[in-house]
Formats: sequence, structure tokens, C-alpha cells
Amino acid sequence: MSANTAVAEKYRNNFLKEIEEQVEMGDWVKMCMQCGVCSGSCPTNFQSAWDHPPQELFMMIRAGKREEVLTSSSMWNCTSCYNCIVRCPRKIPITHIMHGLAEYAHRIGMAPKMQATRFFSGLFWKNATHTGRVNELKLSLGLYFKDGFVQGVKNGMAMQSVALGLVKAGRLNVLELFGGHKCKDQKGIHAMLAKAYEIERVRKAAKMAG
Amino acid sequence: MADIKVAAYICKGCGLGERLDADALVKIAQKDGKVPMAKTHDFLCNADGVAMIKNDIANEGVTHVMIGACSRRAKTEAFHFPENAVARANLREGVIWIRPDTDEARETTQEMAEDYIRMGCAEVKAMTAPEGNPNTGGSKTLLVVGGGITGMTTAIEASKTGYSVVLVEKSGELGGWAGKLYKRVPVHEPYKSPADTGVADLASQILADGNIKLYLNATIAKTDGSPGKFVVSIATESGATHTEDIGAIVQATGFTPYDMNKLPELGGGKSANVVDQAGLEALAIDAASKDGVIRRPSDGQPVKSVVFVQCAGQRDPTGKHLSFCSGHCCNTSIKQAMYFKDANPDVDTTIIYSDLRTPGNGEDFYRSAQEKGVIFTKGTVAEVVPTGNTSTVKFNDLILGDADASIVDADLVVLATGQVPNSGVNIDAPAAAPAEAGAEPKVEIKPISILNLNYRQGPDVPHLKQGFTDSHFICFPYETRRTGIYTAGPVRRPMDIPQAREDATGAALKAIQALENAELGRAAHPRSGDLSFPKVRLEGCTQCKRCTVECPFGAIDEDVKGFPLFNESRCRRCGTCMGACPVRVISFENYSVNTVGAQIKAVDIPDEFSEKPRILILACENDAYPALDMAGMNRIEYSAYVRTIPVRCLGSVNTIWITDALNAGYDGVMMMGCKSGDEYQCHFVKGSELGRVRLSKIDDTLKTLNLESERVRDLEVAITDIQRLPEMINKYAAELVAVGPSPFKGF
Repeated sequence: MSANTAVAEKYRNNFLKEIEEQVEMGDWVKMCMQCGVCSGSCPTNFQSAWDHPPQELFMMIRAGKREEVLTSSSMWNCTSCYNCIVRCPRKIPITHIMHGLAEYAHRIGMAPKMQATRFFSGLFWKNATHTGRVNELKLSLGLYFKDGFVQGVKNGMAMQSVALGLVKAGRLNVLELFGGHKCKDQKGIHAMLAKAYEIERVRKAAKMAG
Repeated sequence: MADIKVAAYICKGCGLGERLDADALVKIAQKDGKVPMAKTHDFLCNADGVAMIKNDIANEGVTHVMIGACSRRAKTEAFHFPENAVARANLREGVIWIRPDTDEARETTQEMAEDYIRMGCAEVKAMTAPEGNPNTGGSKTLLVVGGGITGMTTAIEASKTGYSVVLVEKSGELGGWAGKLYKRVPVHEPYKSPADTGVADLASQILADGNIKLYLNATIAKTDGSPGKFVVSIATESGATHTEDIGAIVQATGFTPYDMNKLPELGGGKSANVVDQAGLEALAIDAASKDGVIRRPSDGQPVKSVVFVQCAGQRDPTGKHLSFCSGHCCNTSIKQAMYFKDANPDVDTTIIYSDLRTPGNGEDFYRSAQEKGVIFTKGTVAEVVPTGNTSTVKFNDLILGDADASIVDADLVVLATGQVPNSGVNIDAPAAAPAEAGAEPKVEIKPISILNLNYRQGPDVPHLKQGFTDSHFICFPYETRRTGIYTAGPVRRPMDIPQAREDATGAALKAIQALENAELGRAAHPRSGDLSFPKVRLEGCTQCKRCTVECPFGAIDEDVKGFPLFNESRCRRCGTCMGACPVRVISFENYSVNTVGAQIKAVDIPDEFSEKPRILILACENDAYPALDMAGMNRIEYSAYVRTIPVRCLGSVNTIWITDALNAGYDGVMMMGCKSGDEYQCHFVKGSELGRVRLSKIDDTLKTLNLESERVRDLEVAITDIQRLPEMINKYAAELVAVGPSPFKGF
């Protein structure tokens, strides 16, 4: 049984309760009064990047639209500008809820796989935790090849002049591709992260079971 | 009539002395006004000036006083001579403040002032000092009809003020709808949970109050008389009739919930599990007396999910149901959802609303409900389908744009139906049209009269819209169109408990004012304290009944021969009867066809070659005249050719004045009255409307005089039209120049 089906079974028809218990700050969702000030304040909304503006997401949660909410790309588009929090007349921490929703959808494997923000976050985390330092060359290349080899080569060609400029200026070392520099105590970092993972796993498992 | 001696006083203060030739005005008063005594004073409203007038009254035998100074709306206390007839010529706001202080304007400004002096002298001579209504009654008892929260509050408030109260309640117990509530919406901090209704406390206060006489199971069989001396017959269940002498009446007959059987599409009447808000209160009271669990009526199982449908049969644009919002239902549904959530947080409670309206501190209450987990869904419910022991609620989700949204397996559906006022018979309703052939016979339930007024105009107070009683909603919310009878609570407009209690307190105080005024023979608002009242020369009356039909306040009955029978205490002194009377036999001591007619005739009309037109303005004293005064205070200039006469109401304008003015050679007549119709602003409710009806027939008069229709202009004026009014006057003056001078000049 996957994480998703397990939790879906647990809450059955009460998606709002699921959100309240599982999502960071999710207990605020019920307090939305649908004024729409958050949606009107969201800078990303001008690029029609959102399938569902925040207040609509909250309504969908209350209407029990589980699948639609968790697979939505909306909360991944939040840029954390905090306009909505500042303006919400009900003082709802909307930005935090957006990240909470994204994290939860990711945790139970419902988040859209190739959503750009999510992909980048994963890539960044893997990259940074591997050696304890971010390898920018690998990170950029990873992003270039997100949508396949052919697209990756095309992206690389398009950025060629920028890359050469960076090399010339000494801001980019091609040798970084082979290992690159690391932090002093790589093992220590890994041990620390492993411990953190473990703590989080126990806490969330308790939450899921609770 | 005793000998009269008129004195004219002309003030030179406030710049009048510099702008006008006061000595010339004195000469005008003596020569044209024919007053034996005319004086000037540098500062008439100061102690010395007033003492001079008082001395002349006491020692010189002056009976009639003409004061040429500021507007009649200013310095009313200084120039208050209750034993004498007083006229005021408005030289300040009406002349110097609306004219430029230039050499060119000096001549026309002086002419304007001279005309106002002539008019004042002519008016005062046609007046007598009002003596007050002799037919007064002194009952200080208040009748409160209805023992709900409004009626009980009125009774208690009036009793606390020291007045005795007779409280009549139709049912067998006090409380009304509030008494049928499990709990009420909170009115104190922190506004988080339903609170005790407080009805029991109010009821025990009533029972313990020796000032309040209570009739239960009783109705009003007959109401006779007028403020201060109503005689009310109270019929009790036993068949006995009790008679009470009453000073003033507060009708607090409340509302009936809109019949949910008229909403079959929302499941109304189709299933025991679809109830209205009153039905849910009954379920909650029943539950509280047992284990506290609200149960499904169909099979007694505990309710696990409940859906509240807001605006059920309300705010309906189709005209089939109530068109208005009842104001309390959103808060009430929030409260009822809390009944469930407070007992068991696992019960699903959904409120489907289109606009959540939470007056008072309802916003805090709403927030508290959200904290408790009540789900609020914005949508409009299309259908409630009861199947077995549950129902499916189909609705259009307005946030998610889902027209086919639904909630299944709702154990209970609560319909928030609105308030239908218990306002008795609609006396203005047109007679029922004959049923069309083939049409289904309509079952009409005839409303039963509440007050059974023995008035010519009908047994109940008039309605405005939707059965709510007519009240001047801007200025005098509790007033009805029956003097000394006040309506309070949901019979007047939809409202919740705190508003009803506020209403009750206000109505109690207004009713007390009314009975005190009635005893002194004085008018109620808007002419509060006025001692004049209509007098009729019955020998000239043709029994046409226009006055009895048109009186907006039902003050005039008819005797057996059809002559008008004035009930002075019911009168508001608007003069609508005077304006209506075709034979002009109705007058007030200080306001009559003559007092205005004499002013119209007193104006000096220059000949047609002088290029000085004359425009008569008949301005409503409640709105238009103050607006003109305020234009003066703001020094907004307007034409020097107008001569303004304040009238009590457009309804008091007798068409003879217009005919007289046009015959006398005025170039135009402007009528300024309040907005009429459903959104009326007339202080006398129907006065401006009736005035306009009469005015609409003036074209015939103009035709017989061979005059252009532009010569009479009707203007709808509000008190805020301070800028607009001078513009309209100037525009009209310019139009009249184009029309040309009146052919009647010089006759």
C-alpha cells in the first residue's frame, strides 16, 4: 500500500481533516472566508501560472477535491513573496500553507513529477548534500537535461556564449564536472543529514499514524 | 376678531444695514405694508432688540409682529413670541447673502428686500396666533401590541421611564419567536458561542412590574380616538372585552417565517428531514431536554451531517418569493451549526450561502464557527432531493465554478426562510382583480386586522412594501402614518434581536413624546410643538371628501353627512387637506390660503418693459427652504428676481396660489418639494406625491390662461441640493427670458 492510499483510506471523506493534521499550518484552511485578496495580491497570478489561486485551493480542500488539490502545480508556483500573508484579513499564513501543501503532496507521492520548481528543488538538494557544497556546473547541466538528451544539448548550445564568458572570467571551472570541490567533513555532513532524516521520518510517521 | 396692531421691525445687523437701505424698508412697511409701527434696530436679536419688541407687545398693544431680519429658521428662540402672530421676512439668507455686494446689484437687491417686507406685512396680517388644539386627551398609558422581544422591551423601557403600559399578546405566553429559540446569537464579548435568549428574564420583569398590565390570549377588537385619548377594546379568549384608555400605541407584532411549503424544490414540506430555522430550534430544544443529541425527525437517528441553505425563498428576483434579505438568517444558521458542533465536533455542518451577511458583531461569530469547523460554501442551491432518511443537496458552487456540485447523504437540511411581517390588512391594496377565465382559483388568506382602527382610512397602519409598515426610514424610522401609533421590530423591517430591542427602546420614547405632545395640544414631528391645527368652515364645505381621502395620516374622518371630522391630535399639520380643498375652507391660524395668497399678491410686479421678471418659488420648509438658506450661508448667488415663500409641504399647495401668481403677472412659478414615490423623502410621506398629482393638472389651467407650460416648474429637491438649487434657479430664470414676459403684467 502506497503512502497515498494509506492516508486516503485513513481520512476517507474528510480531506479537510487530512490537511489540518498532515499539512504544516493546515488547520488554518477552514478560516478562509473566500474574499480573494490573496489571489488578487499574488504576483505570479499575473503570469497565469496558477491553476488555482490560494483561496480556491482552500475551497477545494473544503469541498473534498483531494486528487485535484494534491496533484495541482499551484502551490509549487509560490515565490514566497508574502504579499498574501500581509494582506489576508483573516491573518491566514497562506505562504506557509502553500509550502506545506507542496511538501505534503511530495511526501505522499502525489506531486506532479516534472513540475519545474519541484524538479529543481530535488536536484538542488541532491547536488548540495552530495558533497556538502553546491556544484553549479552539475546543477545547471542537470536542469538543461531535465526534458531529455536532445533538449539538453539544445539548451546547452543556446547558453554556450554565456558559459564561455563565465569560463573566461574565471567564474566557471569545466573540471568541476569531474568531482569538483567538497566540504571538509563530507562524512560528517552525511551523518548529520541521516540523523535529521531519521528524526523527521519518525515524527511524520507518528503523524500519519496518529 | 379682536383689533390687531401690526408692528414691523427691521434689523440692521449681520451686514443688513450696510447692504440695504433700512429707512427705505421702513417706509415700504408703512406705505405698502400699511403697518402703523415700523422700527429699525442695529442688532434685533440681542437682548435689547428683543426687549424692544416685548415692550411694544406689552405696552403698545402690538398683536402682530413682522420681523425683517434673518431666515425664519434662525434665531427662533430670540424671536419666540407665543402669544402673538409672527412673520419673518428673510432679508439675510434670502437676500443679501445670495446677492453680490456690488453697486450694479444694489438696486435689485434692495427691490428684493422691499418685496420681502411687503410679503411679511401681508402675511402677518392674515395670521392669528395659534391657540393650540382644545380637543386633547391626557391618557399617559402606552399600549404595546405584541409580547415578543420587541413588545416586552418596549413595555419595560416605558415602565422604567414612569409610564404605565398595557401589553396585549395574542398567544398564551410571552416571548414571541425569541421564546421559541434554544439559544440566541451572542451580543457580548467574545461573541463565540450561542447565548441564553434572555426571554425568561424579560418575561419575569414584565410579570413583576406593577406598571405593566398584561393581557394574554387577547387581541385588539377596536381602536377608537386619537393620541392622548385612544379608547381600545381588548378581546380576551373568554369572550370578555376590556376597555382601556390609551395615550399612544406601539405595534410590535413581529413576523411569521416564510412558509417553506412554498419551496418544494428545496424539499420544503416533502420530508420531515427538511426543516426551517424555527423547526431546527424546536429540534434543538427537544434534544436539550433529553441527551443533547439532535436527531433526524424521520427515524430518530442522530444527525451526522447537516446542510444549511441560506436565502431560501429570499432575495428572489423572480417575484415568486420574498425579494428582500431578512438580515438575521446568516447569523442564525451559524448559531444553529454551532448547536451541532458544540455537542459533537464530528458532525458535518455545511452552510451554503451566496453572500454571508453577519450584522452586529457577527463577523466574530462567523470566525468562531470556522474555528469550530463549520464548513462555509459559497453557492446557490438548486434543489434538495429527499430520498429515504437522507437528502441530496444540489448546488452551484460559485467559487469552484461547479454548477453540478452536490452534498449527498445529508441527514438534515435547514432552510433559512425569511421574515414575513405581521402587519395586518394592507389598506392601500387595490381591490382584487377578477380571476381570469380558466385560471386556477387562487386561495387568498385574508390578513386579519391587528389594530382594528376605527379610522375612515382603514383598520391598520399603511404598508410601504412587502407588507412592512410605512415609516420614514431616513428620518423617523418608528413613525407610522398614524400619529401616536409606532411600529417597532420586524413588522417595520426585517431585523434580528439586538436591532429589535433598539427599535423597541426608540419606539417607546417616541410614543411617550407623542402622548405628552397630544396632551398639550401640540403636533408630533416634523412640526414638533406646533400649536396650529386645521380649522374648517363647514358652511362652505361641499362634502367632496378630498381632504378625508388625501390626509396621509388618517386624521380626518367623515360624519354621517359626509362632512370632514377633524381629529386634531392625529394631525401632523402638513396642510395637505388645505391644498386639496377645492373650495378653500380649510386653514390654519398661522398658515392658510390667505397667508400665502396675500404674500403672492403683495409682491411688486414691474412692467414688461423693465426687464425684471418675477419668479415665485414655493419651497418645502423641510428640505428646499433649508437648502436655499444654506446656499445663502455659503454665499452662492442666484437670481434677484425670485421671491420665495416657504410652504409646509408641497401637499399643502393650493392650486389657487399658482393661478393667482400667474394672473398677477409673475413670469414663472417654481415648486420645490421632496422626492415622492416608493423611495420618498417627504416628511409627510404622501404630501409631495399628492402635491405633484395636483400639479400635473395645472397644464389645463395654463391653457385656459393662454400661457406656456414652462411657466410652472416642478423641482424635486433634497436638503443636500445646496449647490444644485441655485443653478436650477438661474437656469429657469434664463429659460423664462427666452419664453418672454408674462402677458398678464400691468393688469
